[in-house]
Amino acid sequence: MSLLDKHGIIERNATLLLVGSLVVVSIGGIVEIAPLFYLENTIEKVEGMRPYSPLELAGRNIYIREGCYTCHSQMIRPFRDEVERYGHYSLAAESMYDHPFQWGSKRTGPDLARVGSRYSNEWHVEHLKEPRSVVPESIMPSYSFLATTPLKIANVTAELNANLAVGVPYTEDMIANAEADLMAQSDPEADTSGIEERYPKAKLGDFDGNPAMVTEMDALVSYLQMLGTLVDFSTYDEAAGYR
Amino acid sequence: MKYAFETIAVGLFAFLALLGVAFAKDDLFAAHMWVLFFVLLVSTVLLLRRVNFSPVTGQSADDKSGYFDEVVRYGIIATTFWGIVGFLVGVIVAFQLAFPDLNIEPWFNFGRMRPLHTSAVIFAFGGNALIATSFYVVQRTSRARLFGGELGWFVFWGYQLFIVMAATGYLLGITQSREYAEPEWYVDLWLTIVWVAYLVTFLGTIIKRKEPHIYVANWFYLAFIVTIAMLHIVNNLAVPVSFLGAKSYSAFSGVQDALTQWWYGHNAVGFFLTAGFLGMMYYFIPKQSGRPVYSYRLSIIHFWALIFLYIWAGPHHLHYTALPDWAQTLGMVFSIMLWMPSWGGMINGLMTLSGAWDKIRTDPIIRMMVIAVAFYGMSTFEGPMMSIKAVNSLSHYTDWTIGHVHSGALGWVGMISFGAIYYLVPKLWNRPRLYSMRLVNWHFWLATLGIVVYAAVLWVAGIQQGLMWREYDDQGFLVYSFAESVAAMYPYYLLRAIGGLMYLTGGVIMGWNVLMTILGHERNEAPIPGSEPVMQPAE
Repeated sequence: MSLLDKHGIIERNATLLLVGSLVVVSIGGIVEIAPLFYLENTIEKVEGMRPYSPLELAGRNIYIREGCYTCHSQMIRPFRDEVERYGHYSLAAESMYDHPFQWGSKRTGPDLARVGSRYSNEWHVEHLKEPRSVVPESIMPSYSFLATTPLKIANVTAELNANLAVGVPYTEDMIANAEADLMAQSDPEADTSGIEERYPKAKLGDFDGNPAMVTEMDALVSYLQMLGTLVDFSTYDEAAGYR
Repeated sequence: MKYAFETIAVGLFAFLALLGVAFAKDDLFAAHMWVLFFVLLVSTVLLLRRVNFSPVTGQSADDKSGYFDEVVRYGIIATTFWGIVGFLVGVIVAFQLAFPDLNIEPWFNFGRMRPLHTSAVIFAFGGNALIATSFYVVQRTSRARLFGGELGWFVFWGYQLFIVMAATGYLLGITQSREYAEPEWYVDLWLTIVWVAYLVTFLGTIIKRKEPHIYVANWFYLAFIVTIAMLHIVNNLAVPVSFLGAKSYSAFSGVQDALTQWWYGHNAVGFFLTAGFLGMMYYFIPKQSGRPVYSYRLSIIHFWALIFLYIWAGPHHLHYTALPDWAQTLGMVFSIMLWMPSWGGMINGLMTLSGAWDKIRTDPIIRMMVIAVAFYGMSTFEGPMMSIKAVNSLSHYTDWTIGHVHSGALGWVGMISFGAIYYLVPKLWNRPRLYSMRLVNWHFWLATLGIVVYAAVLWVAGIQQGLMWREYDDQGFLVYSFAESVAAMYPYYLLRAIGGLMYLTGGVIMGWNVLMTILGHERNEAPIPGSEPVMQPAE
């Protein structure tokens, strides 16, 4: 076999081996990943998607910090049982503003892609504080410290600007009001007309039963309560979205 | 003068860490910089005690071999230590799933402990095993001293610093939530610097080799180092909120981010846990068995096929998700093709024992290496099978996946590393033999039975979970609530923790054996039957 004999050339030249390996391992990624950035049908056309409100974004960052993704997926597959159990299968469009994505890989607990508006705020707070008080079979850890930890974000504007830098379409209006929106969303006394206009369908009012303080619990519950609720499926074209 | 520059540099960085604390934009970053400050402060003090103002005299007295082996010795100790830590955290998180009250909020909740376990095993145990053995192997097979002088020390200590920063970060709550790439942007940058230094030392040693050919083990090590560099950089592209803050947002979002992450995630398996450890197999199995590699041609074919095909397999982690179908199908097809080069490697490893099969009976170290290759073959069959979309529709999201990963990690990665450690320790410390071969045997059986319990239990658990989720009654209703499927897992989670405990016990026995060998003790014990030639009386 003459071709295999020629392999001796590569074996005697470290640079050739290095460059050869690098070229060979680059191909797969380029062919599979690069088209996702330019093929127009990668992300379905939907109505209703918007960037996260500052409070939801803070809640999402708590979700990430606590490693919720290690046990909960946010990706409903198009199977009869999953659609009946969790709701409409997930679309790519629904995570297009997610930096990073939270699809998950394991369901030690149930999928959360459409957990929004399924349970009351009180249920979520109780469940996060003491999971087995509402779901006896649960093996989830307790997160009661969230209810007593005030939400501290050094610079809300910087958080939104960093998202803007990676492509989330935050408007100037959103960024200018970021600080105020963060505090107002969970304040039952505040004027929330601005938030409703900037972030349609955002859940408003006190989330954790303690209106005196904005806690990490407020932020996390505000995020959980909007998960999977944004897309208007009455206007979604299933056939066009299939790819 | 020795270590004067290093001491000043580490001290300076300790001061910078203190400045990081003072000007931190958020509490988590401040806490993390406190950790960094104390680590570097202790390092500075330790280094100060070693500063030597006498003129440099070249090589130290302890490496008469001409090879730079001191860093390998440190690497072997680090591998053993981190291995036990990683297994221990694994057992703890396994018990947390069976007994949720073992979660201690906020720092020791499952969500923060699980990345600690995966990173400790993959990067701390596996990474140290790879760095130490690659440094040993590349020097021997190139007949050259490690390139770059003290750079080898920088790679070793720099990597330990990465591990400490990653681990403490997880417990504090600093994470990117990208599986096996959880460390935040500044820890990633540090790893990039260390990894480039690693590439320079390794490639430099190959370039100055005195052998005309680059040995096959080094092809695998080199491909592993280069590919991990590419994956690490692309997958961790992110924009930090502040240069004095912990948080960053990934450059990609949603579907593109998912595929980039699993392109990384699957090839952390393919290159970190496979190609690198195949390099280990190609050196240590021929050495320990005293037989040449079975087929040179097979090694060429399976090397190029393996590194080409592996990189395509990522999408099989995203079957039936919102990833476009064409990408899923492509990932599945390449995953199935990958079975062939994987088994090429298995055949080449196993057949190296041709003519020395009796050693499986008489040499527990060879037995360990053989079971490693056998588990490699098993899990590289199971993987392609699970990548078939119909199978994946059942197995995905369940504990079957966890079982599969562990038969690869405990069976292949763990066992081949243990074999290499047992081979290396007497050689590196100039001991006539290991402290105890009988303890190696105990380790072998505890680890093997532990894996079998673990994998078998999670097969049953995963398949049961998958079936319960999709079970319908004859009236068309779902039979089980999700909570019922959680409750059904309790006996399996308990048994799995026991399997892990057996594996951990084996690891602790290895730690003891390694320690006693280093200290120069030899256990007075009957040899393994058949391991020594038996004298027969003349007739």
